[in-house]
Parts: sequence; C-alpha cells; structure tokens
Amino acid sequence: MEDNNKTYWKGIEELSNNTDFVKSAQNEFPEYLSVKEKKKGKSNVPSDDITGTNRRDFLKMLGFGVTAVSLAACDAPVRKAIPYLNKPEEIDASIANYYASTYVDSSGDYSSVLVKTREGRPIKIEPNAMSSITPTGTSTRAQASLLDLYDQERLKGPWVKATNKLTTWEDVDGKISSQLQQGGAIRIVSSSIISPTTRKVIQEFISKYPTATHVVYDAVSYSGIIKANNASFGRAVIPSYNFANADIIVGISADFLGSWPNSTENSYQYGQTRKVGQNKKQMSRHYQFETILSLTGANADYRSPIKPSQEGLVVAALYNRIARQTGGSAVNTPDLKIAYLEEAAKDLLAAKGKAVVVSGSNDVNVQTMVNAINNLLGAYGPVIDLNTPVNLKQGDDSAMANFVQEVKNGQVAAVIFYDANPVYNYPAGKEFATNLQKVKLKVSFASSLDETAALCDYVCPNHNYLEAWNDAEPKRGFYSLGQPTISPVFKTRAAQESLLTWSGNPQDYYTYLRNNWRQTIFPSASGFNSFDDFWNKSLHDGVFETRSAAPVNVAIPSIQEVPSSNAAPASTGSAVSFSGDVNAAASAIGSTYKAANQTVELCIYEKTGLGNGEQANNPLLQEFPDPISRACWGNYVAIPQSMANSMELEQDEIVRVDIQGKQPLELPVLIQPGQADGTIAIAVGYGREIAGKAGKNVGKNAYPFIQYNGTTLSYTQPSVKLTKTGEKHQIAQVQTHHTIMARPIVQEANLKEYQANPAAGRYAPKIATAEGPKKPGEISIWDEHSYTNHSWGMVIDLNSCIGCGACVVSCNVENNIPVVGRQEVINRREMHWLRIDRYYSSDADPEDKSISGYKNLEQASANPEVVFQPMLCQQCGNAPCETVCPVIATAHSSEGLNMMAYNRCIGTRYCANNCPYKVRRFNWFKYNNNEEFDYHMNNDLGKMVLNPDVTVRSRGVMEKCTFCVQRIQLGKLEAKKQRRRPVDGEIVTACASVCPTNAIVFGDLLDPESRVAKIRQAEYEKRAFEVLNEINTKPQISYLTKIRNKEVSNKQA
Amino acid sequence: MYFIYSVKRFVCRQLLVFFLAFLGGSAYVVAQSANQDSTVTGGVVDTDGGQVPAGGSQPVALDPAKVEAGKTLFNNNCTACHALSDEVLVGPGLKGINERRPQTWLINWIRNSQKVIQSGDKYAVDLFNKFNKTVMPAYDFSDEQIVSILQYIDQQNTGGGANTAAGGATDGQAVPSGGGASVTPGEGGGGISSQYFTIIIGALLVILLLILLVLVLIVSLLGKFLSERKDLPEEDRELVNQRIDVKKVVNSNAFKGGVALIFLLIVGKVAVDSLFNIGISQGYAPKQPIAYSHKLHAGQYQIDCSYCHTTVYKAKSASIPSANICMNCHNAIQTSSPEIKKIYDAIENDRPIEWVRVHNLPDFAYFNHSQHTNVGGIECQNCHGEIQTMEVVQQVSPLTMGWCIDCHRKTQVNTEGNDYYDKLLALHNSKEPLKVANIGGLECSKCHY
Repeated sequence: MEDNNKTYWKGIEELSNNTDFVKSAQNEFPEYLSVKEKKKGKSNVPSDDITGTNRRDFLKMLGFGVTAVSLAACDAPVRKAIPYLNKPEEIDASIANYYASTYVDSSGDYSSVLVKTREGRPIKIEPNAMSSITPTGTSTRAQASLLDLYDQERLKGPWVKATNKLTTWEDVDGKISSQLQQGGAIRIVSSSIISPTTRKVIQEFISKYPTATHVVYDAVSYSGIIKANNASFGRAVIPSYNFANADIIVGISADFLGSWPNSTENSYQYGQTRKVGQNKKQMSRHYQFETILSLTGANADYRSPIKPSQEGLVVAALYNRIARQTGGSAVNTPDLKIAYLEEAAKDLLAAKGKAVVVSGSNDVNVQTMVNAINNLLGAYGPVIDLNTPVNLKQGDDSAMANFVQEVKNGQVAAVIFYDANPVYNYPAGKEFATNLQKVKLKVSFASSLDETAALCDYVCPNHNYLEAWNDAEPKRGFYSLGQPTISPVFKTRAAQESLLTWSGNPQDYYTYLRNNWRQTIFPSASGFNSFDDFWNKSLHDGVFETRSAAPVNVAIPSIQEVPSSNAAPASTGSAVSFSGDVNAAASAIGSTYKAANQTVELCIYEKTGLGNGEQANNPLLQEFPDPISRACWGNYVAIPQSMANSMELEQDEIVRVDIQGKQPLELPVLIQPGQADGTIAIAVGYGREIAGKAGKNVGKNAYPFIQYNGTTLSYTQPSVKLTKTGEKHQIAQVQTHHTIMARPIVQEANLKEYQANPAAGRYAPKIATAEGPKKPGEISIWDEHSYTNHSWGMVIDLNSCIGCGACVVSCNVENNIPVVGRQEVINRREMHWLRIDRYYSSDADPEDKSISGYKNLEQASANPEVVFQPMLCQQCGNAPCETVCPVIATAHSSEGLNMMAYNRCIGTRYCANNCPYKVRRFNWFKYNNNEEFDYHMNNDLGKMVLNPDVTVRSRGVMEKCTFCVQRIQLGKLEAKKQRRRPVDGEIVTACASVCPTNAIVFGDLLDPESRVAKIRQAEYEKRAFEVLNEINTKPQISYLTKIRNKEVSNKQA
Repeated sequence: MYFIYSVKRFVCRQLLVFFLAFLGGSAYVVAQSANQDSTVTGGVVDTDGGQVPAGGSQPVALDPAKVEAGKTLFNNNCTACHALSDEVLVGPGLKGINERRPQTWLINWIRNSQKVIQSGDKYAVDLFNKFNKTVMPAYDFSDEQIVSILQYIDQQNTGGGANTAAGGATDGQAVPSGGGASVTPGEGGGGISSQYFTIIIGALLVILLLILLVLVLIVSLLGKFLSERKDLPEEDRELVNQRIDVKKVVNSNAFKGGVALIFLLIVGKVAVDSLFNIGISQGYAPKQPIAYSHKLHAGQYQIDCSYCHTTVYKAKSASIPSANICMNCHNAIQTSSPEIKKIYDAIENDRPIEWVRVHNLPDFAYFNHSQHTNVGGIECQNCHGEIQTMEVVQQVSPLTMGWCIDCHRKTQVNTEGNDYYDKLLALHNSKEPLKVANIGGLECSKCHY
C-alpha cells in the first residue's frame, strides 16, 4: 500500500497551533462543562470556581457524609422518660386501670362497658359482667368507638360559622344566651336520649325557655312499634324481649340480632337458646321472613324471602292461621303462599307462651297485627315485657315531620341539634338544609363538623362519651353510669353543661348528675348507709339495676311516655291487655300491601357495623366487612341473582336507581344470595359529605329514598327503576368465594340427627395405611410437642356464633392491627387477624364430579343456608408454617402456641403460602406514619389507641393471631405474683372476651376445671371437630358443629 | 500453683459448706428450743411489763414463715419511711415498737392512722404533731399480716443468732435471699458442676506441663549422654547433634503463613466483635437534668429502690419517680440546694422533669420488671449493676438478647413458696435444678409480641 502522507486537521485551531488548543488538547473531556446546570448569564465562563462543586468534591462530600451519618447512627437517639409531677394515686405506669362506663349510640346500641386505660388513655373496651343486660359482650360499634375519641377531626373548641374560627366558651355562651332570650320558638332536636339526667337538663332548659320543645327523632326509626304499642296497650314504648324464653321465634324483616336497638342483649339471649350440649339437646327454632339477607335471617333455621310489599300480608296471614286455632277472629286480607308460613304458624301455636313474633316494619298497622299475634300466643309476660320497656329508640316521626314543616314555615327562632344530623339523615335533608337558613339561631353539639353542624351558627362540641359523665336507662329500672376515663382531649364541653349554662344554672354536670341520682334513684336503692356508698357502688359497678318490673318512682318525666303525645299514664307493673283494633289494621294492610307486586322494590337497611352513619369517620368500622356481603368501604345495590341474570348485570357494574320524585343514585351492584326476587337493597350510613378523612364520600347516601307516609317513615319503596350505566366501581370484598364446595370445613347437622347421634354431620376422615385405615392423628411424621405447663386452646361453637363481628374489631383494637383502606382490601391485603368466613349453601349436586358440576357448586343458592365460621390462627401442633420458615421466625412454644417473632422475620412469605387456613397477614407496606394510609396510625392522637404491650409491625414482616399472647403472659404473671395457678376465665383473648353469645371459649386445656377443657372433653368425638383434620395439623382450636333446628336436613352442599 | 490454689479453694469451700450445714442444722434445733423458751419467757415478761392489753393476742412464737412474710411486707411497704433501728427517717424508727405501744393500738394505727388520730387518742395526736403532720397511709392488712410485720421488727432488734439461721436469710436486705433464686453462677449450689470442670481442666493442664517438663529433661539428659559416646554411626551422630535453625524456621512459608493467618484471625475476631457491639450502649451514662445521686440515696442512706421506683415489684415498668415522691423528703431536706431547686421550679411551673432514659430496649422486646423482681426474686443490681455506688447512672449490662438468653439459661427458677411452679417442679425429671430455660424461658413469644 502506498504511503498516504496527507495530513488532516481537526480544525483550523490545530493547524494554526492556537495556544488554547494546545493547552487543552490533552484533556479528553472538557471539564469546564459542569454536570451542574449552569447559572444564567455565567454559562460561558469555563471556571471551576464559578460552577461550584465538581465530581471529586461531590464524591468526597458523599464519602464524608456517609461516614459521618453512619458514625452518628451508632449512637442511639436520646430518649426521654417523663414522669408525672404529681402522680395520681391510682395510676401507675404500665398498669392498666379499668373503669365502668356506658356506651350508647344513636343507632340504638347500648353496652355497659369496662374501659381499659393505660397511663390515663383508654385503649380497649371490655364488657361489664356486672350488667345483666350486656354481661358477656359488646357490639362492634362499641369496640370501635375508641377511635371516635382519638379522632383528629373533632372540633377543638366552640366554633363560630360567621368567622369559621374557634372561639372561647364565654364568647359563645354570651352570644347564644342573648339570642335565646330574644324569644320565639326554640326547638331541641335530638336522637333518642336514654339518660334520665340529660332529659332533666332538657326539662330545666325548657322551663327556663317556655317556648322550647324537645323533638326526638331517630335516623332509623322504630316509631311504628311505639305507636302500635300505644294503640294496642296504651303504652308508647318498645318492649323488652326475652328471647331466652322463646322456643319459637318468627322474625318478619326484623334484624333483632344486628341493627335493632339493644341487639347486644338480644344476641346474648338468643345465643342461650341456640346452645346445645350433653345436657341440653333442645334449641329454639327460628323462622325468618325478610327481603334482605340480614344477620338475623342468616341465623334462622327456616328463611323465606318476601317482598316488602308482602310484609303486611305475611303478618296478616300468620295472624289468621293463629287466630283460627286460638279462637280469635280472623281478618279479611288476601292470603298468600309463602314457604314455611304454615310450618311457622303450626310451631307458634304448639309453643304458645314460649313463642314470639317480631317485626321490623315501621308501619303501625303491621305492628298492631304483630301485637295481636303475640297477644294470642301469650307472649306478653314470658317473652315480651311491656313493663320494662327499652328506651333506646324513642323517635317520633310525626313530631319530626312537624318540626321540619315549622322550619319551612319560618316559625322556629332557634334550634339546637343534639346528636342529630337531619341534613344528612332526614329523608328530606337537602330541602331541610335550605329551609334551615330561615332559623335565626342554629346551634349544634356535634363533636366534629357534620352536614348539619356545618350549617349551624355555633357548634358547641360535646365531649366524647369516654370524656364525660353521664347516665343511661336503657331499659326501665336498669340504670347505668358513664364516667370520664380521660380528661377532655380538646376544649370541648358536655352538652348538658352547655344547656345548663344557657338555662342559667352554674352547676357542672357531674354535680348535677350526682344530685339527680340522690333525688331520684337513690330512694329506690336499699341496703346502703349513705348516698355516697350507693354512688360509689353504682360507679364501681357501672350499673344499678332495680330489677323490678315496677317503674321507679322518678320525679323527672319518665322516658317512655315522651314520644307519644297521647300516651296513657304509665301504668305500673301490671298485666297488659290488648286493645288494638285488628280489623282496622287489617283493612289498612289490605289496601297498602300486595300479594304479587310486579315492580322492582327497594329496601333500605342499616348495616350491622356502621349503623346509621354517625360513626362514618371511624376507619375501623369502615374497614369492618359486613358479616353477610363481606364488603367494606362503601355501600352498593344488593340485587338477587335472578335480577342479575335478567338484566345481564355483573357484580361491580354501576346502576342508576330512579325513584319518582327523588334524586337518582348511582351505585355498584352486588349479587346477594337470599335477596328476595324482584327487590333491591341499599344500606344507609354511607355517603357522608362532611365527616372527616375516612368517612367522607364513602358510598352514597340512601336516606333520601326513605318515604314519610304521614305517620311514620317507611324504609321501603314499592317501585324503583334500575338502569345500567355501563360503568364499574369495584366493591371491596374480603371474601369472593362464597360456597364451601361441599368440603367439610364446616360440619353441620339438623337437630333431630343430632339428638339421635351427637356426632351427626361429622366428617371423620381415615388415612389408608399398610395396617388398614387410621385416623389422621394416629400416624404422623412429626414428633409430638409435649405441653406440660399450659396448653392454650379455644372452642368455637358454630351454633351460637351469630356472625356479628364484635370479635373482629376487638381483635383489631387489642392487637394494633392497621387499617389498609379500600384499594388494599381489593388487592386482598387486609390485615384482620380474625375473620368470620361466611359460607352459603349451593343447590348443585356435590356428587357431580365433572368440571361443570364444580362450577355449579360455586354458585350459591337463591335462598341459601348460611354459616359463619370465625377463622383465626389455629395454633397448629404440627404447624405447616413453622417447617418452611428459613429463619425460624415462627416457632412452637411449650404452651401450644405458634409464635411469631416479628423482628426475626425476613418476609419470604413461605409460611403464608403453606398455611392451609390462610390466616397469616403480610405487611406489604408500613402502615404507620405513612401518608398513603392516612388513618389513625398516621397521627399522634390516633396513635394513642395503640396497645403499648403489642409491637407495631413494620413493612415486610408477617403477622398473625397470637392468641393474645400479651394477655396470656400478663395473666400468668399476675398468678405468679400471687403465688398461685391462674384461674379459668382470668386469661381470655380479646375475641372471646367480647363475644355476646359466648360462642368463643378460651382457656387452658391442661386445667381440668377450665370451661374449654370441659367442653372439649364432653364434645370429643361428638360435636367437636378440627378444620382440615385430614392433614393432621393438630390445631388448638376446635369447632362445634352447626346444628339447624330443621325437620329435614338440607342435603345440598 | 493454680492447682494447689484451686484445690485449696475447693476444699475450703466444701469444708465451709459442711460447716454451714452442720451449723444450720444444729442452729435450727437450737432455734426450735429457743422458740419454745421464748414463748414461755415471753409470757412471763409480758405479764411483768403489764403492757399487753386484754384484747391483744399474746405474742406468739416467732414462726419463721410468718417472720419471712413480715419481712416481705415490711420491705415492700414500710422501709420507705421507717427504719428497723431507732433512727428517724420520715417516720419514727421502729425499734422496740412492740414495747412502746400495745398491739391492738398498732393494728388500728397501721390500718388507718387518721382514724386513730381523729378518735382523739393522745399518743396518736402527739405523734402526728411531732412528725409535722405527715400522714401515714392506710394499709389494708389483716391482723395476721400486721402481727407478722411486728414480729419481724421484733426479731430484727432482739436479733438472736439462732433466729438468723432459722429464718433463712434475715440479716437485712443487702444480702440476696439464699432460696432458690441464686443468680450468679458459682454461687450456692448451682455452680458446683462447672467449677469441677475448671478444676479438672486445670489439673490436666498442670499434669501435661509436668509431663512435658519431664520429657524435655529426659531428652536433654539422653542427648548429653549420647553426645559423649564415640562409637555412634555417622547418621546417629548427626541426629544427636542436630540444632534447630531458627532463621530457617522463621523464613519458612509455613511459619509466615501461620503468622499471617493468626493475625488475620485476630483482626477478624476484633472486627466481628466490634460489629456486634454496634447499637449496644453499655456504659451509656447521659447527663441528667438534675444531678441525682444514687450513691447518696441508695448507697449512703439505703433508701429502698421501691420507695422511688414504686412499681418495680408490681408492674412492667419500674416507673421513674414523680416529683411528689421527691417532695416527701425534700420539702424539708436540702431545700437550698440548687439541684433540689430544680424540682421546686418544675412543680411551680408545672413543667415535668425530662429525665434521659438510660436503659432502652427496642420496641419489639417486652420486659416486665415484676416478673424478675417479684416473681424471680432477682436483685436490681443483677442487671443495673452496683447502682448504690453510682453517682451518675450508667448502663452496666449490654441489654442484648444474648445477655438475656444467657441469664435465662443459667438462672434457677425461684419456685420456693410459689404454687404456680408446683406442677412444673413435679414434672421436672432431672437432678439439675429447674432453670428458666427449662420452662420455656427461651421461647420467642415470652418477650416478643
């Protein structure tokens, strides 16, 4: 190749040997071009001084910084220990104090409770065994109510709308008092108030301002029962029921275990009748005729779906069947054929005196008819007690309607809302809101801004019940005291004190309460030396029960008379006589109800968990899955499968619900087995517009769909139109597989089979071995654990578990379980350690082993049998999770527990994959101090609810039920300190301690005196079974078979 | 030397044990008879003195169990204000209290002193006034419990040697009770087996060294002898005259490698050890807002720990004393000290004192004081070090999980008089004493939940 002597220059500067070029020729990269963005105007200056730090400096700084930080990190942060200046005598750090108090809410829940406080802050609610109304358990809402106290969005002082600012109490008192004195009609609008002293305060207010009247209304009203009882017996009351004495219970759209007032006591009594055992082989029989599948209906032995338009006729038909047999006069209403109606009538008649019919209808005529039936059945006395009425719902729908009209007419000068939020929960709330402007002075006692309070001129926030003194009379003669368990978190004031101040009474409410008890209740007590003794005893016990049917002679207007204007004077505990006009009721029923309505009907109901929506901002309640639909974080339109088929609707599709003259509502649909054909149902309590972070705009408000029929509110709509919108909104459901696929996870039998053979319905698998078939427990590849000291075990009676879910929330609070929100629930990442699985029966043939056969098995029946199964860590003896953990973060204890060491867990999730019960929960995120999960664990106030004895878990670790090991350890320690063995009942898990029906029993299996050991022994090879016994996991939890009191067993899956 | 020393120590110890056992046994017999005596003589003394009121029960025989119960009650409730001697603390010293006042009066007084004062009892009123109207809290004790306390006080002050042995360990609270809860290994019965082990190892080592010495002597003797012989073949001579070449050894690869390996191992060990120490704040002695001296209070004045740390026997937390506890004494003592003034300031300004936590456990570790102090009978010093000598409190123990576990392995369970452990004790089929580890003390969920 020829030499090529041509020279090429990179540029003219190389040719000319420019000095600048020569200087920088060696530098491959032009270093003067900084990585840092150049500052404006200085971009052309190629100098290090100007561009600031270069790469090396950066690395130096980084290196130094990392070293410095890691060195500094070696020193633990300084932690402070701040003792009291003047320690209260009864408070010791790390020792829990318990105070008896009273939980009441506007949904009609009452529980006498023990509040567990640590270092002066309430952290847990327990039932008060001293109470005869709720000795065993509390409701779900009572458990969750702690978070209402620690709600950051509570008002921090009196609020003035004009300035949208907080002010002082003196300021509002002055302004409100002066305006009140200007005269004009004053109205106090409240939900049912069961506190006799509060009622006295209101009376005192009314006597100071004679233009004032007290309007009582309930968002979900039971006015119909009250009015019917007034018509039938001259007593405007809701009677108390004693289901424990009832052998036959017929419920007609009555959710007496779920959303009814006093449902906790009802559950307690009902549970007693459902328990069977060696010495009690009888149980109650429960018929339910209802539109929605309610919690109560799910527990019924026989359940028939009916349309709301049939309700009255069903009651009348039942009445006719009973009247014909008992010598009553039959009424003339169209008869209708409903499954099990004949059987129900027959059974009721056979069990006269021990039978009861309850109806949830708010129609006075229907309730009058129900009273007539109960009268014929002799239920008054043994089962229904009119002399001990339940005060939890006193609302008078017509009085409220009057008030709304008055406001509209501009006749009201001042209104005070006390535990009332009519703008949200009154059917004509929107209209009411606009009319409210006509009222000059509007005051609310709401503890945080709600729809009504936001329109008020002044909000004088009431204490939370855990901060306040109060009393209650849930049933006549049964008094209950509430005491503060924490000093007020914010500058709030008891509503009673506000009223007293405005009435010119300078007394504080505590003194007032004490004086009132001294004057009115103390005289009925006996056996006390002084009032102080009586007061201290009552305060200690939390309750004072006269236990006599006769009403206490009280000077204050007795509660039970108030709702009705024409109530007869309260008669003393005498026998009642029925004087209702059955024929008038029947003709009214005949004209309003239809045997076969063709239009789609709507039923509006209240959820077991969230209730009427007052506590919508409670994240625990929002995340509490409905026991039936297992859905949380929002409401939906429940439709039957048949409607889904005919309208070609799928779950989660949004439909528009149109009712003539009402604002339409768009909600996703949920296919609900058991929902009556041709009906839909929507829950109230959702769609709050002003409620705080957690509760705002969750679901839609169904209250406007409620109809006022001239006397009472009606919770049904005879004709609604459903239209597809084509959009979807996923419903957060924690359970999406609804049938049990004929697997023996839940084992059940009917009562007759059980009476013949206590092991009826049991599945006893055998494993084939070389020596013939053997029980799973007889062959094992594992060495058995030996438990010598304790062996903690649990028995869950599927027959008395009604699925209410109090245990779930109790567990959440006790064990610092985070709230994860709607999206994470949809992602199947809810954290509940204890869930209540709900299974529907299927119509398919379990013997059909084809693929289509299995597909059919997945479909629940149109009217399924339902079973609830609390599912929590089974604390397996041969635990599958333990063997797969690579780091031994989960191991077995010598007391039968399956331990979980969070600090050891590295998050492989092998254990969860290997758990046959699917009870392990993984922390996909850090749920505390995380903006993404802005619930109680993200603010300092909300964190006060945390149990200091339980670790708050961090991201990436597995967790699960521990059998409340912190309680076990503490119980053992208490026994050790007293140099004795623990006594049965002393150590109880959070779930077992709040179960209203005592379906969950916990204790030491090695203690022969313990209840759990006795049940296990008595039911061994009888009703007791272990879930997935065939895989020989040897759980510490036994379930007792579900027994249905049916004539013929359902052979379906 | 060590051998002789340890043998000597061992023998001494054994002798001591035998001696003590003998002494204890005989002393018990003496005590028994002494008790009988005291019953008789006590009766005589009482009738002589005429002090016992008609309703009062006769001072019964000093029942060791009762005295022991009295001791516990006294230490938990009374020591804060009363000394066993006649020294005046907050309240009067209790020496000779049984002679000073009749028993019924004492019982009433202890149950509710205010009631006695209000009843107008002159002695009571005078006493109340004498001690600046400091209220003695009411104690809800049974007669029996109060009598046991009084007996304990009596016994402490009459203090016969016989009683000391009979009562087990009654010589003041400084000495840990000799029962089941011996903690330190090597103390009491628990440590004997490991001691044997050290002795055997030591003895073997000494024997081996002696053998080595003898062998070296023999070798050098034989070498010397052989080197003097002229008739050895060349190879043998070479062998006999062989000298070790140090230089060669040092330069060999094996030696270099060995040294390098040892060096690396040492460095590695130090590195690992120091890594393990990260996050361990042993020796942490932060400056506190008030220069409180445990040395002065717990050491010099011997104030019981539970006087200030009120819940140490009953709760998870020992509790940092609230300012009102300080004020029990400092409303009168050292009022002008600048450090004490800080307490007054705090109270006046309603601003709590922010002490710096010295002992910090991670959140996932659960520790309960009462389990260890009350049930286990462990002395505070066991974990907190010689707190009574500390001017500034420091963290003595590493507070690591290894440290906890180690103690749980070694510590015998304090089963004495505790029915909780009866079943476990019966089931414990071993000659080894029942250790915490044997009853699940190493399980995760005993501390982590």
